[in-house]
Amino acid sequence: MTGELATLDALSAAAAVRSGAASAAEIAEAVLAHIAARNPSLNAFTAITGERALADARALDRRRALGEMLPPLAGAPFAVKNLFDVAGLVTLAGSKIDAERPPAAADAFIVKKLTAAGAVLVGALNMDEYAYGFTTENTHYGAAHNPHDTTHVAGGSSGGSAAVVAAGLVPVALGSDTNGSIRVPSSFCGTFGLKPTYGRLSRSGTRGFVASLDHVGPLARTVGDLAASYDAMQGANPGDPACAGRPLEASIPGLEHGANGLRIAVAGGHFAGSGVAAEAVASAAKSLGATRIVEVPEAARARAAAYVITASEGADLHLADLKSRAADFDPMTRDRFLAGALVPAVWVLRAQRFRRWYRERVMELFRDIDILLAPATPCQAPRIGQETIEIGGVTVPSRPFIGVYTQPLSFIGLPIVAAPLRRPGELPIGVQIIAAPWREADALRVARALERDGVTNAEPVLG
Amino acid sequence: MADDFDSAGYIDAAAALIGLTLDPAHRPGVIVNLDRIAAMAALVMNFPLPEETEPAPVFQP
Repeated sequence: MTGELATLDALSAAAAVRSGAASAAEIAEAVLAHIAARNPSLNAFTAITGERALADARALDRRRALGEMLPPLAGAPFAVKNLFDVAGLVTLAGSKIDAERPPAAADAFIVKKLTAAGAVLVGALNMDEYAYGFTTENTHYGAAHNPHDTTHVAGGSSGGSAAVVAAGLVPVALGSDTNGSIRVPSSFCGTFGLKPTYGRLSRSGTRGFVASLDHVGPLARTVGDLAASYDAMQGANPGDPACAGRPLEASIPGLEHGANGLRIAVAGGHFAGSGVAAEAVASAAKSLGATRIVEVPEAARARAAAYVITASEGADLHLADLKSRAADFDPMTRDRFLAGALVPAVWVLRAQRFRRWYRERVMELFRDIDILLAPATPCQAPRIGQETIEIGGVTVPSRPFIGVYTQPLSFIGLPIVAAPLRRPGELPIGVQIIAAPWREADALRVARALERDGVTNAEPVLG
Repeated sequence: MADDFDSAGYIDAAAALIGLTLDPAHRPGVIVNLDRIAAMAALVMNFPLPEETEPAPVFQP
């Protein structure tokens, strides 16, 4: 039973705690033992909050013993990318520099929300330094390893988040996504990931990267867990000036409605993809009966604009450290940050104006469709240290090109579920299920339909 | 960006303007990355964007 308790999905864990089939403390102990055994081969956790997890779990068990109604995720374990504040832990954001900071005084806003829903935090997770990367090849803390093949990257920048979910160490992890940092590792590790609409979930209490483009969201092995954790984290929060403060728009009630009634198309042109990326989209489209192909206008330019804004805003955020201690940055990010500090203002301002133009064109597409399908990544996970990848027969530098399909979409804040496909003996690869702004529930419905039809596969890789 | 643009010269001047002293060891990597950003920026700057297209900031007074 202990082995099974360690790998329960979040809603099953909460159901077990509610029914008394297992205590929250038993689940936490099983999960912590599983993490201790498996994390060394994955290098995914940078901190394990065992004491807190057991204290929180025991408190839930006492509430149940008193006859209290338990919250929806009671006893479900989760972990967070280490750019989320966790009270008592130093928020590293993957850096050596921030390790000198004092411990966080309080949890990040959405960590508080998940905890209030009964979820039990078990630790903080490895990532690319300051979230500037797609591979979690972190020089300071070591690379996170892909559970499907530990010689391959987990993706990034939320690489630890995807690795621990894929390995079955926790059912839910939190990540952030500026240009693809939830969707890329979800694709490489074979997990579901939700990048909500820009402004949906509060980023308060996280180490930001690019304020114009930063999002936070969950990764999970089931669409039910993804939706339940997303619903639990919604809510207005003035602590994040970009948080739109919309009322709760729960996704769980409509989750089983299937894809019927949704107009689904495949993104062509820039998103056409090749090889396994195109095959994954074709599989999803076939299952959903989607035959229409629509071109997203100027998507390559949108990616370029996101690239410019990212370089400039990211560098501004870290300028003081770039001036005084550039050598303390990870060599994997340092030169990009330094170059970003030198970007002329007109490039950034034009990119921001282009963003508005592009948003209006893409919104015209959503008059006729509800869901767009596109590859999440151009390839499966590269090997750790791999410098180039092949896209459509052309060899390109791997790290800048991994986000080629994710960047043009987060650029305008569209809600997207990354859904994993996997063929026997191969590494997984993800498909992006893209909805109109504020229609996360539609993307989750489609992901659930694919899950129910057996098209997706996020089974944990048990070591 | 013109084909004969002197990235290295620009980097040295722009870094001096903002008070950033580049370690000579970092300079080659900065040149590679600025050239990469410049290629991206060229795509954006070459697009005939209408003057009336304003950005969409989230700032709310």
